[in-house]
Amino acid sequence: MERKFISHDDITAWLDGLAEDHVVLVPMKDGGSVSFRPYVQGRTPNLDRQAVPSPKDAVFPQNETLLKYRFEKDPEHLDRTRIQVKETLPTEKTVVVGARPCGTRGMLTFDRVYDCDKNQDLYYRTRKENTLHVTVACTRVESTCFCHDVGSGPADGEGSDVLLVPVASGYVAEPITERGEALLAASQFKAAGDREAEAEAVKAATVAKLPEAHDYSDSAEKLMARFDDMEFWEEQSAKCISCGACTYLCPTCYCFNITDDTTGLTGRRLRSWDNCMSFQFTLEGSGHNPRPTKAHRLKNRVGHKFAYYPMLHANAIACCGCGRCIKSCPAGVDIRAIVKAAQNYTPKKEEGGDES
Amino acid sequence: MSMLEELKEQIRTALPDLDMVIAWEQGFDAAHGTPLFIRTEADVDRLMVGPLSVQNPATYLPALVKAKGAGKIGVVAKGCDSRAIVELLQEKLISREQVVIFGFGCNGCVSQALLEGKIEEAGKYSAELTGVETDGRTVKAQVAGETLSFDFNDVTFEKCLTCEYPNTLIADHFVGDKVEVAPGCEKAPSLEEFEKLSQNEKLSFWQEQMRRCVRCYACRNACPMCVCRDHCIATTHDPQWISQENNAQENFMFQMIHTMHLAGRCVECGECERACPVNLPLMLLRRTMGEAVRNVFDYTTGTDPEVVPPLMTFKVEEENINERGW
Repeated sequence: MERKFISHDDITAWLDGLAEDHVVLVPMKDGGSVSFRPYVQGRTPNLDRQAVPSPKDAVFPQNETLLKYRFEKDPEHLDRTRIQVKETLPTEKTVVVGARPCGTRGMLTFDRVYDCDKNQDLYYRTRKENTLHVTVACTRVESTCFCHDVGSGPADGEGSDVLLVPVASGYVAEPITERGEALLAASQFKAAGDREAEAEAVKAATVAKLPEAHDYSDSAEKLMARFDDMEFWEEQSAKCISCGACTYLCPTCYCFNITDDTTGLTGRRLRSWDNCMSFQFTLEGSGHNPRPTKAHRLKNRVGHKFAYYPMLHANAIACCGCGRCIKSCPAGVDIRAIVKAAQNYTPKKEEGGDES
Repeated sequence: MSMLEELKEQIRTALPDLDMVIAWEQGFDAAHGTPLFIRTEADVDRLMVGPLSVQNPATYLPALVKAKGAGKIGVVAKGCDSRAIVELLQEKLISREQVVIFGFGCNGCVSQALLEGKIEEAGKYSAELTGVETDGRTVKAQVAGETLSFDFNDVTFEKCLTCEYPNTLIADHFVGDKVEVAPGCEKAPSLEEFEKLSQNEKLSFWQEQMRRCVRCYACRNACPMCVCRDHCIATTHDPQWISQENNAQENFMFQMIHTMHLAGRCVECGECERACPVNLPLMLLRRTMGEAVRNVFDYTTGTDPEVVPPLMTFKVEEENINERGW
């Protein structure tokens, strides 16, 4: 497929056109933060940085209405109530412009659970089919970046429809899918020419900046070996404050909760992101909670991404290495350090021995 | 001996009688601090005290002292942290015998959010920040191999600008000299700006802000006074008090619940605002409530362990509340 070029000056004109028949989600400066927001004509998106929240909202929104319902009393038989239910499938077409390769690729984690032979989540599937991803390759490496440790890289197009590679005066656009190629038919995209070579040089320069990749391939085995070692998990989770910043900002976290919002005789069934760091996540109706402490819960979060999920899904690590959980953790919990601690675990010496 | 070495020595001496000492160490890079739980002598070497010692260690105390078989817990506390400890003592959520407090004079902390803002203003990419140093007047930030200098007051938390309690208020051990610095300003500049708005403008301001709240509850869990923990009404399912819908209205509802539950309890340590991943200006709510409590009850939270907080008691006739004069 042919690579194209779009200049910085043409970006807003292209987005204007795109926004005519799509919801276009772009990273926007939002208060003291950068979040994905629907593109508004005349406002320049922040394409040069990673947004704080992940782009997953497009295919797996923080909240969605699964169905609406209405109770109806039978006037002849007041003891009878009928329920009318109306499903609400999403219809809007969305393009996410400006996510990073890590975040876009991270969303593939959902497919193995919500769009596979065993399960077909209609809501997820519909959104996924209605969403295109125009991703921007990274040119900077942050101290929290580790996409290359989990099998990806700063210009990985996996999961994207188009990859934009920043060059001097704009972006070289690489179509990844046919739907992506169709997007590049817009008039703002010109022939890439010499800029193709420039884009390749930009990619290579970023790769050269990456620190040596850490090998997580034995993380499942090593984490499972620590499964019953609550002392290990208490130590690792000591500073965790059990909030949901990590899970809510994570591109790969896909757990949800379902609640009914009823007002009088009508209501909505909501699906909203759940958070495995919360006490309520596994609280059973009986009052029993199999994960009563933050140590149990952090064990689950780390274990799910680096052990249980890979064991179920052909060794695919359910972490995209975007670093959001590290950067935004109020207490500075570092998931890399926890997995590494399990990988490098050596039993503590008995009491009275030399501690060093 | 430097203040840090002296503190390490004090901790080493006290450690055999303590379950642990909560302090700080360097985080995932040289620009971030993170809480440190000192359990062995070897851990003491990792201690870091300075402008990146931002987290309030008092947040961990109520759960730790309640744990089965808990002994004494040591805690290194800045002035603001010690106010949270005092408030916890006042509310009998911890007892004085259970904690050993290591105090020092604090020169203020660096706000990651403000520092990043300044770095962006300088035309640099804040995520490439890898190191921070300060002498208390100037902050030097390493960004992609370059050193940028900023005035300390421009990158410190507003709570540090208005700080009246830079020294640990109650301490079993105190290291170094007391800091004798008057607050840089009496009122937080952001609150002064906010108060200029009309009622309608204030509402629009919050509607705009609350839209981006992700309801991750980092503000709640980082708060040393949010002690309901696993039983917070924002997240209980049975009964379910507030909708899980994520919009400005529901988010504001939660934030107002948080504010109301902190009335007369919040020590304005700023942890809620610092913890917020999307930089919501939550301290505006806290300071507004704090001012109301000061005006009505002539009470400043978390400064005297012997005082009963005004909302934990009652007077038949409140001095500043006109109950019967109408």
